[in-house]
Amino acid sequence: MNKSVYASPDQVSETKRHILTVLVDNEPGVLARVIGMFSGRGYNIDSLNVAEVSNDENISRITIVTHGTSEVVSQIEKQLLRIVPVHSVTNLDQEGSSVEAEVALVYIYISDTNKKKVYQLCDFYRARKIENENNTTIFEIAGASERVNRFIKEINEITKVEIVRSGPVAISSIKKNEEE
Amino acid sequence: MNNEITGAEIVLKSLAEQGVEVVFGYPGGAVLPIYDTLFKQNSIKHVLVRQEGGAIHAAEGYARSTGKTGVVLVTSGPGATNVVTGLTDAMMDSVPIVCITGQVPQHLIGSDAFQECDTTGITRPCTKHNYLVKDVNKLSSVFHEAFTIAQNGRPGPVLIDIPKDVQFASGTYEEKNKIIIPSHRLFEPSPDFEKNKIEEAVELISKAKKPIFYIGGGCINSGPKASTLVREFINMVGSPVTMTLMGLGVVGSSDKNSLGMLGMHGMYEANMAMHECDVMINIGARFDDRVTGRLDAFSPNSKKIHIDIDESNINKTINVDVPIIGDVKQVVEKMISVWKDKKYKIDTNSLNLWWDKINKWKEVDCLNYNNEGKQIKPQYAVQRLYELTKNTKTFITTEVGQHQMWAAQFYKFEEPNRWLTSGGLGTMGYGFPAAIGAQVGHPDALVVDIAGDASILMNIQEMSTAVQYRLPVKIFILNNEYMGMVRQWQELLHGGRYSESYTDSLPDFVKLAESYKAVGLRAKTTDELDDVITEMIETKNTVIADIWVTKEENCFPMIQSGSAHNEMMLSKDQKQDKKSAEKGKILV
Repeated sequence: MNKSVYASPDQVSETKRHILTVLVDNEPGVLARVIGMFSGRGYNIDSLNVAEVSNDENISRITIVTHGTSEVVSQIEKQLLRIVPVHSVTNLDQEGSSVEAEVALVYIYISDTNKKKVYQLCDFYRARKIENENNTTIFEIAGASERVNRFIKEINEITKVEIVRSGPVAISSIKKNEEE
Repeated sequence: MNNEITGAEIVLKSLAEQGVEVVFGYPGGAVLPIYDTLFKQNSIKHVLVRQEGGAIHAAEGYARSTGKTGVVLVTSGPGATNVVTGLTDAMMDSVPIVCITGQVPQHLIGSDAFQECDTTGITRPCTKHNYLVKDVNKLSSVFHEAFTIAQNGRPGPVLIDIPKDVQFASGTYEEKNKIIIPSHRLFEPSPDFEKNKIEEAVELISKAKKPIFYIGGGCINSGPKASTLVREFINMVGSPVTMTLMGLGVVGSSDKNSLGMLGMHGMYEANMAMHECDVMINIGARFDDRVTGRLDAFSPNSKKIHIDIDESNINKTINVDVPIIGDVKQVVEKMISVWKDKKYKIDTNSLNLWWDKINKWKEVDCLNYNNEGKQIKPQYAVQRLYELTKNTKTFITTEVGQHQMWAAQFYKFEEPNRWLTSGGLGTMGYGFPAAIGAQVGHPDALVVDIAGDASILMNIQEMSTAVQYRLPVKIFILNNEYMGMVRQWQELLHGGRYSESYTDSLPDFVKLAESYKAVGLRAKTTDELDDVITEMIETKNTVIADIWVTKEENCFPMIQSGSAHNEMMLSKDQKQDKKSAEKGKILV
């Protein structure tokens, strides 16, 4: 019935990637409280994303990608809940089914020799060219981090690029009560 | 609008409505408007300290001895940075504090103005919550929320930073009962979820053969009623009980079930019982490293019940079998009713066997020390202090180090809220200002700061405060001219190389007291000790009693860092196995 009192060292659960979404009051300093907790207690932040939730301007959603054993991540969740302006913490990996996506903007150094290959690859990954006044080649790709990773790896093999990435945001895909 | 008042007036009005009687503080440029308003009123008393660090420890002492929230008022910049240690101390020991800091006017924020610092930035990790109030109309709601947050759930310090222009600006005051605090900002345990856990826990206790209660400071924070209930429940079970440093007094020392304190310098029988128990009931303690010793050897064969108001304490260092999130008073009350309803009774035979075993451990007499000769042993000094004060309403505070542990071992506490010590942070310099705060809260009680010669110098300037307010605080210095605990560790772990732990050029503490127009007393030998203690108690003035004790006494028993509960060192002669000593050296 009860789990063992002492997990011996070889039973420690494996380190995994976790996506936490944290709903917070949109007040000054709230992001500092959240990330300060991570650095102060020695936890990792792999990526971080903050934006207001559109239908309520007083609430923001912070999406944090972290990694750790399930014990560590559970401690992170509890420490986050101690922060006064935090409404809720959801571990999307624990929920089982969630959808995640991120956006990357890629500046591609293009030449006559690689042009064809670049456009083929972008087409394959459904990366969209963004027109801009300087007429440089900038593509936008959105999707799961793994897909973006693959795209970047392959385009890197063709030519030099500069990349910015948003880091993932994620949402639970479990059916909700629609009336809410 | 006619009913507008200034920000400074809102501050005082909020404090008054919150029932604040006393503020500990130190004025400065950025809080002058608040001090001006303070001057014009009579309902709130102000205690002027001599350094801001003293103010916050005094507020802690006041809070912990009265159960009320301590209030601190200091200026911007250095005023604010000087309270950082005290805020961290209050955070670690869960003391409800509201700290008001002045800030430079808003148009100067970020310009590196005179006495400007990023107060909310600096204090974010060492407060439960903090505010920079930019709108005078939000000031009263911030104050009311701050007091609620400081007291709610696991108590702690809250800081309110107020720019000077906001103190001058006019705005409206909102009363406490008009403020609605959203529930996510507060701690609200869900009673339904806990019910089956409580039943599971009580059933587990009823089946125990070797139970032990492990009591922490959470029982004290839950109010005096919690201690009464905890005692009642332990009596019903008939189980032995041990307390952490912060939990001393929850169960009286003279209680037949009490094994005293556990942990690094705890009682041998308490630690052995923790090691060998089959059911451990942790109420309001957090498996601190001073208590657990080596984690992988901590109480290896027990089922563990953990009652804590702070969910983050559950499974933080020690995995438990039955966690219960909630307030001690409410949870224990329910446990008692379940115990009664189900007519539970622990198996008498096994319990007797368990007590037999414990009584064997008691025979080791772990606090035994060699008390020969004319020189005063520090342990003896605390014992005599206890004997001569036990019939008086006495509050004991301490600084940090050997004297703190001897006080915990040899002073017997029968009630909660009488013992004020810096447990989590271990702040030297805590005890004297905390004693001032306790005396302010209890003008007629005897308040004694058991101190060391090194610690007392960290906030000695507060002598001036104690004398100004005619606070008859007693400072009882166990003077060995060493930072005793540092010296002890250097002796045991660093080959006796006493690097910088001897204090040369200590002041003459008697003359020091006299220079503040207080009373200085000194005892050099055992014959003088009782007279000095008696005179100290009877003197209606601030007293420093300088007790010269043997210089190289060690504090035993001791679990060295990196060792387990059943590997206690009872004396210096009992050498640690070298390998584990080396491993423990890197720990603190």
